[in-house]
Amino acid sequence: MKSLEELRAIRERMQSQVSMRAEDHNHTRVVVGMATCGIASGARPVLTKLSSLVQEKNLTDKISVTQTGCIGLCQYEPIVEVMEPGKQKITYIKMTPEKAEEVLERHLIGGHIVEEYTLSGADIK
Amino acid sequence: MYRSHVLVCGGTGCTSSGSQQIMETLKAEIEKNGLTEEVSVVQTGCHGLCALGPIMIIYPDATFYSMVKVEDIPEIVSEHLLKGRVVTRLLYNETVTPAGNVKALIDTDFYKKQHRIALRNCGIINPEVIEEYIGTGGYEALGKVLTEMTPDDVIQCLLDSGLRGRGGGGFPTGLKWKLAKQNDADQKYVCCNADEGDPGAFMDRSVLEGDPHAVLEAMAIAGYAIGASQGYIYVRAEYPIAVERLKIAINQAREMELLGSNIFGSDFSFDIDLRLGAGAFVCGEETALMTSIEGNRGEPRPRPPFPAQKGLFGKPTILNNVETYANIPQIILHGAEWFASMGTEKSKGTKVFALGGKIHNTGLVEIPMGTTLREVIEEIGGGIPGGKKFKAAQTGGPSGGCIPAEHFDIPIDYDNLISIGSMMGSGGLIVMDEDDCMVDIAKFFLEFTVEESCGKCTPCRVGTKRMLEILTKITKGQATMEDLDKLEELCYYIKENSLCGLGQTAPNPVLSTLRFFRDEYEAHIKEKRCPAGVCKALLSYRIDAEKCRGCTLCARNCPNNAITGTVRNPHVIDQDKCIKCGACMEKCKFGAIYKK
Repeated sequence: MKSLEELRAIRERMQSQVSMRAEDHNHTRVVVGMATCGIASGARPVLTKLSSLVQEKNLTDKISVTQTGCIGLCQYEPIVEVMEPGKQKITYIKMTPEKAEEVLERHLIGGHIVEEYTLSGADIK
Repeated sequence: MYRSHVLVCGGTGCTSSGSQQIMETLKAEIEKNGLTEEVSVVQTGCHGLCALGPIMIIYPDATFYSMVKVEDIPEIVSEHLLKGRVVTRLLYNETVTPAGNVKALIDTDFYKKQHRIALRNCGIINPEVIEEYIGTGGYEALGKVLTEMTPDDVIQCLLDSGLRGRGGGGFPTGLKWKLAKQNDADQKYVCCNADEGDPGAFMDRSVLEGDPHAVLEAMAIAGYAIGASQGYIYVRAEYPIAVERLKIAINQAREMELLGSNIFGSDFSFDIDLRLGAGAFVCGEETALMTSIEGNRGEPRPRPPFPAQKGLFGKPTILNNVETYANIPQIILHGAEWFASMGTEKSKGTKVFALGGKIHNTGLVEIPMGTTLREVIEEIGGGIPGGKKFKAAQTGGPSGGCIPAEHFDIPIDYDNLISIGSMMGSGGLIVMDEDDCMVDIAKFFLEFTVEESCGKCTPCRVGTKRMLEILTKITKGQATMEDLDKLEELCYYIKENSLCGLGQTAPNPVLSTLRFFRDEYEAHIKEKRCPAGVCKALLSYRIDAEKCRGCTLCARNCPNNAITGTVRNPHVIDQDKCIKCGACMEKCKFGAIYKK
């Protein structure tokens, strides 16, 4: 190790990995429904996409991407729920990896809910 | 990139309960389910809750599974990792709320009051991967020291932080470094004392197993501060996992040039070597430890000269304990004020304790100085099993003493413990309940010191042996009150005249039990009675003829055929034949057998 910069480069590369192991009440939780219904309608690529993006963008200290079982709305799977501390839960339905990326960019980073994908906003009738 | 990390404890406790097989099965099962690209399995150091091992934590959910068995792995993988459903039956019961929800580990009683500095990475990172240590800010302190601070700045920072030696003595670390820096020499040494020998203590082992780089980094900082280029870690060979991880860590640090010449482009060079100890307790004493590193028989030598003047190979040397070192990078990074803001007036920061004995949560805890014994035992430790009454807590191992219930609310720090006749020691904390005999406990520790006395000075070699003889007489009911006076006199004589710390503190377990539990000693001597029912020579097993139904179960289980009687008639124990094993009492279904 010849300079601090070298050390910091390794640190930055590793930080997103290691900080996933922190327990913080202020985390925004992004939960992907991964029961049989979710998996069957393609939740796995959504989950891996979200998880990878959060790590690539060094957001693991603010956002944790986890999975959950069946939420009960099987016809709307894959479902992604966003729970920000102190705010109401937002439920996104019929997600794809592309839509998930959009949600990450616009909602989680930008702070604007992507209404057209949410349970209440989407045209599902 | 992995979406989930499964942490499996690879500390000594969990390894002995089978965590290696669990890790292998886990990896195989993950592969079978096609999750290799998504889930990473990480072997970590100790989490502290050794009683519940093997332990597994799944992140990012922070789900804490305890007492995991190999058979549970397929379910964990297919349910939790594949489908995201928590396997409720394996959850640590403290993390489940009465309503059935899962709460965070940091909110449980065991972790809530803890504050982890020395243990901050234990159970979080993989100790065999240097990048993970760097990812949590590792080697940043060394970089800061080498590029921004002078050796005097470093020493001043430690002095201001109030850090005191965690090996037991409590000598201010900054002062130790200052003294060593002041002495000019062509060569100086930095040593790490990892010869943890107190019965029941395993703090240092856990730090070395869980976060070895923290110790290496701190030793390099010490080398820069006092002007040394060589460090030695003296670690006992009975810690194979710690030795292995240290070797890996040293090699990785050398490869990355965090050890070696011109670290961070400065003109500071430093290297570390391991020296394995053969497990002699006396080698934890600083001068004996250095004699042993030099290749001689581990015997202490008189001080002065102190190691800061003439230490290892006759050169100025500093010697610090593992836990002390583990605190140092954090103090450098966060500043002296941060560290000094924790703890009591004269004892700053935190202390790691190994909880053992009659307590629910056997394991490792790190608490701010000034936490009371009650908080440690009742809240963090989960209290005493079986609803038994607390009698005493032993701290400081064979050099320490017993703290009775009347001092249950004393804030734990160096000076408070000394004022009540015990000491901080390296951090073993053994809890005793009403079923423990204090004379027997004192005898246990004396047996240990007699065994471990190196034999160099007479007070320790002969004196402790005589003390043990008197204690044995007491536990057999053969002692007189004069013996008790002689025992006490010997204590003070040995304390004042022994060469090193081992002898000077060896009488402490006797002195402190005499101070707080003199009545128990007197009961053994005057009434020939052991109040706790431990000392075998002083108790007898008897059968209550009223309660005995004559089922013959006791007679059939007696290993020495000491019980006689016919079916449906009360049985009798032949006291001459009885070996007092207690098997009959355990077997009796009617509670007819009692100890007296």
